[in-house]
Amino acid sequence: MLELKRITKVFNEGTADEKIALRGIDLTLSPGDFVTVIGSNGAGKSTLMNIIAGRLSPDTGEVWINGRNVTTLKEHVRARYIGRVFQDPMAGTAPHMTIEENLVLAYNRTKRRTLRLGVTRQKREWFRETLQSLHLGLENRLTAKVGLLSGGERQALSLLMATFTKPDVLLLDEHTAALDPARAELVTELTKQIVAQHNLTTLMVTHNMEQAIRLGNRLIMMDGGQVIFSAEGKEKEELTVERLLEEFQRIRGSQFASDRAVLSS
Amino acid sequence: MFGSVEVGLIYAIMALGVYLSFRILDFPDLTVDGSFVTGASVAAVMIVGGANPFAASAAALLAGFAAGTLTGLLHTKGKINPLLSGILMMIALYSINLRIMGKSNVPLLQQETVITKITAAWQQTGFDAVLNQLLSFTGFAPRTWAILCSMAVLTLVVKGVLDWLMKTEVGIALRAAGDNKPMVASFSANTDWLIVFGLGLSNALVAFSGALIAQYGGFSDVNMGVGMIVIGLASVIIGEALFGAHSVVRATWAVIGGAIVYRLILALALRVEFLETGDVKLITALIVISALIVPNVWAAQKEKRRKKRKAQQLERGEPVAGAKTNYKSI
Repeated sequence: MLELKRITKVFNEGTADEKIALRGIDLTLSPGDFVTVIGSNGAGKSTLMNIIAGRLSPDTGEVWINGRNVTTLKEHVRARYIGRVFQDPMAGTAPHMTIEENLVLAYNRTKRRTLRLGVTRQKREWFRETLQSLHLGLENRLTAKVGLLSGGERQALSLLMATFTKPDVLLLDEHTAALDPARAELVTELTKQIVAQHNLTTLMVTHNMEQAIRLGNRLIMMDGGQVIFSAEGKEKEELTVERLLEEFQRIRGSQFASDRAVLSS
Repeated sequence: MFGSVEVGLIYAIMALGVYLSFRILDFPDLTVDGSFVTGASVAAVMIVGGANPFAASAAALLAGFAAGTLTGLLHTKGKINPLLSGILMMIALYSINLRIMGKSNVPLLQQETVITKITAAWQQTGFDAVLNQLLSFTGFAPRTWAILCSMAVLTLVVKGVLDWLMKTEVGIALRAAGDNKPMVASFSANTDWLIVFGLGLSNALVAFSGALIAQYGGFSDVNMGVGMIVIGLASVIIGEALFGAHSVVRATWAVIGGAIVYRLILALALRVEFLETGDVKLITALIVISALIVPNVWAAQKEKRRKKRKAQQLERGEPVAGAKTNYKSI
């Protein structure tokens, strides 16, 4: 469904600020795969997300979605295949527009926008039904401005807006990181439900190892622009936070040692 | 006073254009100073050349649209900052307007214009006599009601079309582009084209208003657009302060109201003996400044009174919070 082929990206090449963000990422997601991505700051997770979404373009390598090479497609063209939720609850919705207008915008992700009325009675009915699945009472506040909603409500709405049109690929970029633990838990539960309900192919970045272990059928760990560890199926199910930390120490520790060996010889 | 309302209604169309760029697209577009004159010049030159005044006004609208799209292209494709794109287009239009007119002023006094045509048609109907009779007890009888009524209808039509457009799928994407631009791209809308289209539409309204003002005033002048953006902003800000702007429909009403109120304030100010016509721009600036500051002062005082009331309630041992919604909030 989603295929990344030898993706590399360097920022500020040739200057003192040069930063190699991605070093040849290869990753393939089959339909229905739910992959969680963990890694420390600067590991390249966000760069990877932005390259898949088309906000950044890779230096080398290709992005394929559903059998199409989308590497050169602009972000808004590629968005036909991609649903995305950002870390910042303010980023995924238009604050001065109503809930139903935001939903119309999301509804038109896969369609050509016309000069027909946006919020029709039929759509409003459908939005109401869909919003009920969030159990937040938003279905009774269709004409409320989104800016009046709390961070948790906005993030739940963003999640719904990104998924209810069944994207080929769903990108979740630390979408619970800015919420307090209770709201984060609620949005995590909603994510689990919605992804299962539509069987969405999902890539989720998170800082929360426990969340990364609990969700999805695959897990990858990134560091220094590379995938350094991956687990799936039974192996993933049996992962614990301690094991992950050990694994990280083992891989990075040995590399550190080998770097030293190279330098000292 | 009566004239102020007439002029206010025509300028309201310009103000609606400014509202579209300034508020909906969140794009402070200074093209307005130039495109207003472009509209006036195109209409004036065509009318002098013998064209139908209605066709000439429509052509002015298209010319304004073209000017607006150019500003949009400078910003989106040329990656030039919004203010600078507008300023560059404004200065370029000054020369273009001179080229269109061939001189700095084109008089229209002897010409058939939209205004004279409507007035002539209106007088056949005899509505003036009816309206004046109805209002005879006030002792108020204007020259003709034709301009006031026709311009009110025209402005309302423009408002209606704008309101409807902002509710369409494209309109919703356009508003979202002004509200949260990065998010719109993630829902597969091309923000560049939305901004170009929005600015085109905005300047089309501005130029159309310019064409009507030229026909109303009987001339087109290369300097008639100076400070037009401030007048537009004044209308938007006064309107929002007085009438509120919760939804687009409400806001467009407010902008029309604001444009008329602005003209009335100006007319009243000019009656003060000490002030001269040259002070108009200064008065405009003062009106905008007070429209921006006064609501804040009011709100602050209201908040102070509310807090004081709360403190008194607490002292008397009354409950502080009122009834709240029964939804669990997250």
